[in-house]
Amino acid sequence: MIEEQKPKTLGIYIHIPFCVRKCLYCDFLSAPAQAGQMERYTAALVREIEEESTNYKDRRVVSVFLGGGTPSLLPAESITRILDMVHACFHVEEACEISMEVNPGTATLERLTAFRKGGGNRLSIGLQSAVDSELKALGRIHTRQDFFDTYELAVKLGFNNINIDLMSAIPGQTLESCANSLKSVTSLQPPPAHISSYSLIIEEGTPFYENTPDLPDEDCEREMYKNTGDFLLNCGYQQYEISNYALPGYQCLHNERYWMREDYVGFGIGAASLIDNVRFSNTKNIECYCNYYLQEKRGSKAERAPVEGIASASIKEAEQKLSVQEQMEEFMFLGLRMMQGVSCQAFARMFGASIDYMYPGIVDDFCKKGLLERQKEPETGEERIKLTRRGIDVSNVVMAQFLFT
Amino acid sequence: MANMDQSKIRNFCIVAHIDHGKSTLADRIIEKTGLLTSREMQAQVLDNMELERERGITIKAQTVRTIYKAKDGEEYILNLIDTPGHVDFNYEVSRSLAACDGAILVVDAAQGIEAQTLANVYLALDHNLEVFPVINKIDLPSAEPDRVKNEIEDVIGIEAQDAPLISAKNGIGIDEVLEAVVHKIPAPGGSPDNPLKALIFDSLYDSYKGVIVFCRVMEGRVAKGTSIQMMATGATADVVEVGYFGAGQFIPCEELSAGMVGYITASIKNVKDTAVGDTITDAKNPCAEPLPGYKKVNSMVYCGVYPADGAKYPDLRDALEKLQLNDASLRYEPETSIALGFGFRCGFLGLLHLEIIQERLEREYNLDLVTTAPGVIYKVHKTGGDVIELTNPTNLPDPSEIEYMEEPIVSAEIMVTTEFIGSIMELCQERRGRYLGMEYMEETRALLKYELPLNEIIYDFFDALKSRSRGYASFDYELKGYEQSELVKLDILINKEEVDALSFIVHKDSAYERGRKMCEKLKDEIPRHLFEIPIQAAIGGKVIARETVKAMRKDVLAKCYGGDITRKKKLLEKQKEGKKRMRQIGSVEIPQKAFMSVLKLDDK
Repeated sequence: MIEEQKPKTLGIYIHIPFCVRKCLYCDFLSAPAQAGQMERYTAALVREIEEESTNYKDRRVVSVFLGGGTPSLLPAESITRILDMVHACFHVEEACEISMEVNPGTATLERLTAFRKGGGNRLSIGLQSAVDSELKALGRIHTRQDFFDTYELAVKLGFNNINIDLMSAIPGQTLESCANSLKSVTSLQPPPAHISSYSLIIEEGTPFYENTPDLPDEDCEREMYKNTGDFLLNCGYQQYEISNYALPGYQCLHNERYWMREDYVGFGIGAASLIDNVRFSNTKNIECYCNYYLQEKRGSKAERAPVEGIASASIKEAEQKLSVQEQMEEFMFLGLRMMQGVSCQAFARMFGASIDYMYPGIVDDFCKKGLLERQKEPETGEERIKLTRRGIDVSNVVMAQFLFT
Repeated sequence: MANMDQSKIRNFCIVAHIDHGKSTLADRIIEKTGLLTSREMQAQVLDNMELERERGITIKAQTVRTIYKAKDGEEYILNLIDTPGHVDFNYEVSRSLAACDGAILVVDAAQGIEAQTLANVYLALDHNLEVFPVINKIDLPSAEPDRVKNEIEDVIGIEAQDAPLISAKNGIGIDEVLEAVVHKIPAPGGSPDNPLKALIFDSLYDSYKGVIVFCRVMEGRVAKGTSIQMMATGATADVVEVGYFGAGQFIPCEELSAGMVGYITASIKNVKDTAVGDTITDAKNPCAEPLPGYKKVNSMVYCGVYPADGAKYPDLRDALEKLQLNDASLRYEPETSIALGFGFRCGFLGLLHLEIIQERLEREYNLDLVTTAPGVIYKVHKTGGDVIELTNPTNLPDPSEIEYMEEPIVSAEIMVTTEFIGSIMELCQERRGRYLGMEYMEETRALLKYELPLNEIIYDFFDALKSRSRGYASFDYELKGYEQSELVKLDILINKEEVDALSFIVHKDSAYERGRKMCEKLKDEIPRHLFEIPIQAAIGGKVIARETVKAMRKDVLAKCYGGDITRKKKLLEKQKEGKKRMRQIGSVEIPQKAFMSVLKLDDK
């Protein structure tokens, strides 16, 4: 149970946009890695962390996540500078989960060591597939062997909370090769604590969108999904979210904040924040971002001059104060991503009305169609609503019904 | 202006086959006569509907008044009425012609006479207009003005040797056209001292001025304060304002007198009071006889028009009422559909007209519409001797009550270059056409004459004609009459439920093919649902074709990134928005465009 305690908690997301090369399916915000550019960006980033931290003096930081892009491309000293700044400016909990995304082939001993020394205790390795031909089809820069090397190194350095990212519905992937990738991963010693398994989605603006390769069909993809769940369950992993599986006690705390709508602040370009029911994000323009934070004059925020290309005197954009209805919508469609579903009591406590009152008939209708189910915990009496197996497959249909517009 | 010499007025229009440069010539005339500087000119001034500019066609007749200083030193008032070229809009053309005394016939110097050149010129001659030709696009490399001149004389039989050779696009020869207007077109007759007699040739609804009536004054005069009466409807009103047409604007003036073209606004309460074709007279001093008006147009094509959102039904009714004022050829009456709720059965002059009306309703009145498959009027002879005119397939009586049915047949004239005769004949054959004959216009071009069932040409005949002749064939038709035919009603069942709005009537020989294609098409149009959906075509309860929309396997967005949930929400919103544009039939959601899908069963 998450009870609101004093002082409030906070998650921190830090975006590192650099990549050696953009993968063919990727539509995330990234930029080519150039030495000078990475240092400049780091300098701007630590400036932002320092300045923004004044808004969060009363918060206990319980998760930090360095995502990308490819954070493991950053020079070791940059990683150190960033984490040191976080520790210096925020009240970071002892048990804080500090994760970094790494790519095989870029995670050097030096960089991982710097991360470890900076308090890093969790790694998320982007493997995608343990089949070299599939890695090639995705435009990944590493091989299966690179991954094993990285994993071995991470274990040697003492990381015991490691996530492996896998992908399904890769061009050329078969049910068998998908199962093999899973086997390769779960038979590692020690086995990874966490596995994310996403299906490839062709996003607009990616090379795959322009030039779509032959993909496994929908039925095959769903079978991969089902096999993945069954296999991982057998290996002792619990599915706690549509695409995430963990050994008991190793759920990703940072990701859970997103689904449970707990406050987080994002640093770096394009980074999104949710603070006290206000959502906002930073500019996606790396030049504007760096220019803004690296101005000569190092005064208070108020004295900072606006930067060309940005309308306001800030690099924060798209600020949206969530209405109560929007909060309800998010509560439902984000909460339903988790296998435990949403708590009826929590909804009622938060909004002063029951789910069935706000969404008359919708839950019952989906229960009848076998897409949702209600569950009552006998001890606490807490009632939860969650997706069924079939409900997961068509979860967008279900979630869309919880929008008011 | 009130005392303008009637002999210095010229009321004329321009007629042409589509794309022969009618609207461009109109623009040049306006520019030349100084109404607008060329800087102010927007291409095709008279096509002021957004839709007209986009499609490059004229839909509505437009009127403009300009002053021309002729070579004889006199100033003339030119009232130019631009008319549509498409066969669907013959009615608009004929209304405009009644307000004119003469017409310029524009013929493309490369293409020569086309099917609608003939149709329009005969229409003008029927109205006793003085017609003179001009040859346009003479600057094209393929221009053959002499050949075209001879063709005009041979085929139409009007003098063409001294026809102005022009390029409307490049402003060549426009002066010559203006001089010809002054000298060849007669000044209007009538006397300002006779009792008022004015022909309503158009009208529109303006949210500030109310109903604006466009008229040609034949006799007498009308000014602010005149008490007028519509002779057919009997409605009376006091004139608030009279005026004439500037380019894209109304310019008030003191009075309109015999020979003049202009507009009247009055305290007209009901839009129905101003029927196009009616005669306006002075209530206190009425004329003896009304003008002949126009022959009433008959709708050729019918379809159901429904608001996408059932609550917008009153808005749709208002919009149709106002649109009818602006387009008298539109017919509509209320109907209900089990699938679509309350709506209207609307009658149109043709498929293009239908499309245009649909688009105008959506754009100008901001409505979201669902339209059903278009059909024609069938005559159903019942066993008891009654005859029903059937416009909605759903109303077809039980087969046991039907003695026989008749369908409308048109006489079609297709002008085509000789190399495509074979493929065009094949097309007509496929559409159940009856070959009547062929005339060679000259060595390389022929006029094919066919009788075709109207329901075979309302869908995609025009497109097929163009594609099988690489765009060279032109086409015109008129209703010939009704013939007995073996027709059946094809029903569509979705998830075992008959969807009334998808039923259509078809010749029994084409029923199987149409049914099969319809099912295939609907299979593509209907998105996957959580369950499997059978789609069936049936005649009288007997299923003749079936397709299945498989159940949705997957609709899940796995990736959510860096806490940026806005994208995910947008996706869900889009999904929900998409649902709104669907029609719920039983437990199946059908996209609105599926109801038009019968239109796109095109053979390749």
